[in-house]
Amino acid sequence: MSEPILSLREVYADIDQYHILHGVDLDVPAGELTVLLGRNGAGKSTTLRTIMGLTTLTKGQVRFQGRDIGGTATPAIARGGIAFVPENMGIFGQLTVRENMVLAAVSGAMDEQRLNWIFEVFPPLKKFWNRAAGNLSGGQKQMLAIARAVIEPRELLLVDEPTKGLAPAIINDLADAFEQLKQQRVSILLVEQNFNFSRRLGQSVAVMSDGHIVHRGTMAELAEDEDLQHELLGLGLGAHQ
Amino acid sequence: MSAPQDVFDADTGNRSWWEKLRAFRQDKPHLFLLLIMVVIPLFLMPSSTWAVLTLSGLAMGAMLFLMASGMTLTFGLMNVLNLAHGSFISLGAFAGATVLTMWLNDYTSGSLWVNLVAVVPALLFALVVAGLLGVLFERLVIRPVYGDHLKQILVTVGGSIIVMELLQVIWGSNEIPVPRPEALRGALLISDAIPIIGGIALEKYRLLAVILGLGVYALMLWVIDRTRLGILIRAGVENREMVEVHGYRIRLLFLAVFVAGSALAGIGGAMWAMYREIITAHMGEELMISVIVVIILGGLGSVRGCFYGAVLVGLINLYVGYLEPRLAAVATVGLMVAVLMWRPQGLIPVIKV
Repeated sequence: MSEPILSLREVYADIDQYHILHGVDLDVPAGELTVLLGRNGAGKSTTLRTIMGLTTLTKGQVRFQGRDIGGTATPAIARGGIAFVPENMGIFGQLTVRENMVLAAVSGAMDEQRLNWIFEVFPPLKKFWNRAAGNLSGGQKQMLAIARAVIEPRELLLVDEPTKGLAPAIINDLADAFEQLKQQRVSILLVEQNFNFSRRLGQSVAVMSDGHIVHRGTMAELAEDEDLQHELLGLGLGAHQ
Repeated sequence: MSAPQDVFDADTGNRSWWEKLRAFRQDKPHLFLLLIMVVIPLFLMPSSTWAVLTLSGLAMGAMLFLMASGMTLTFGLMNVLNLAHGSFISLGAFAGATVLTMWLNDYTSGSLWVNLVAVVPALLFALVVAGLLGVLFERLVIRPVYGDHLKQILVTVGGSIIVMELLQVIWGSNEIPVPRPEALRGALLISDAIPIIGGIALEKYRLLAVILGLGVYALMLWVIDRTRLGILIRAGVENREMVEVHGYRIRLLFLAVFVAGSALAGIGGAMWAMYREIITAHMGEELMISVIVVIILGGLGSVRGCFYGAVLVGLINLYVGYLEPRLAAVATVGLMVAVLMWRPQGLIPVIKV
């Protein structure tokens, strides 16, 4: 494991009167893909939202590239180099695909080389470039959401359940895209429920339960150990293989 | 084997005019309604009267659009109901009137040049003063009550009362006459040779109002459709959080839109002042009913809808005012009720996530 680009220490966060995170300790190694696993309601999405400053940190520390970003406003965190793809993708449906991308290129102009690479990985975006993003299919929306996050070089991507509700063929396309991002040594923190997808991509892994991390390690190790999977995730993987 | 051909026909031509009309009503409700609104009165009055009323209605619509566009954007972008918008209209009227009076007092029969030199600074001054009040208002009044409509209503109505009282402190509580520049008085006579509108007199000031309104509308559409700022505004209307996630400070964007909206209300107020040639501190409050009807009619948050809503309200006011003066005030609200029964979301709704 390399030096962490992001580290959470004893992070607490509430949503309304509910305590969602109780002391999350999490390291995201630089240049690796880390998968955050856990059941529904374990606090995975809240963890991402707390890193992004969308959910208020009540206690603890979030350090990104050595700087404390806990309590920083969301736009400043984003400009610091963190991109976030939320679970609902957050596509601007009234805007065209192009306008979605223009907005995502914060510095002003889109880098042509990068854009061509994105078109190569996600051809539908080129095809529907001037169409309203709201008319895209679920898979195409997810492609756009990820494309927005990578149109400019970012230090860290936070991606929340990109495979949710998508057909297997599209999940494969997404996996290919993540493979390419991994080759570019982009640091990624991926929240997933789909274990096969995470196992294919993940290098390190953390498992959440009840608002804190209950397991940390390498993906290879977890993928080997079915007992551990059962214990942590309650997965009956035999059926899926 | 003929089935695909049938489908093709149904999709393209060969539809009856009735179906086409229904499709038109469905897809372009604003144009459909505008067409009805303009055509029906043509049968109820002499065509020259109709032409004059239509121009006046468009002029009133243009001024209402100036006054209402800021409020609809404020609501669309930040979900803020600013009921003090009317006081920005009043302030703009007084600011504009002050400049006009200073410039024109000794020049009641001044040259065209003097007149134009008076109108432009008057409008600019109204714009700047209302814009500055906008900055202050956003900081002091709106900022503490983001996200709470009930508080917004209470606080902005309170703020509105304060602004109107201050206007009375500064300018006195009497009605103030506003000199309309000489060059904008009177009318253009249309040659008798032209059909329908031949022989009528078009009031110059109303023409100016229509031109200015169309100009501002075109500018706003250009900003919203073609510029990065416009993309941001539309994105913000749809999903504020994701705009922040991309690194933009939505509060700053909102402040800019709020100030621009206040400034437009100021210009609208100044235009209205020259139109009515008399102003009071409460004029904004009175206009607020029309403004609110306009933005609800158009679809809250939609600039296009606001424009068509304003034109429709302006037209119905003038037509009904001519046909049955006692019903003029009812007509505006009646139009809103009728449109909302047909399309509860307004003419051109803004879809939020």
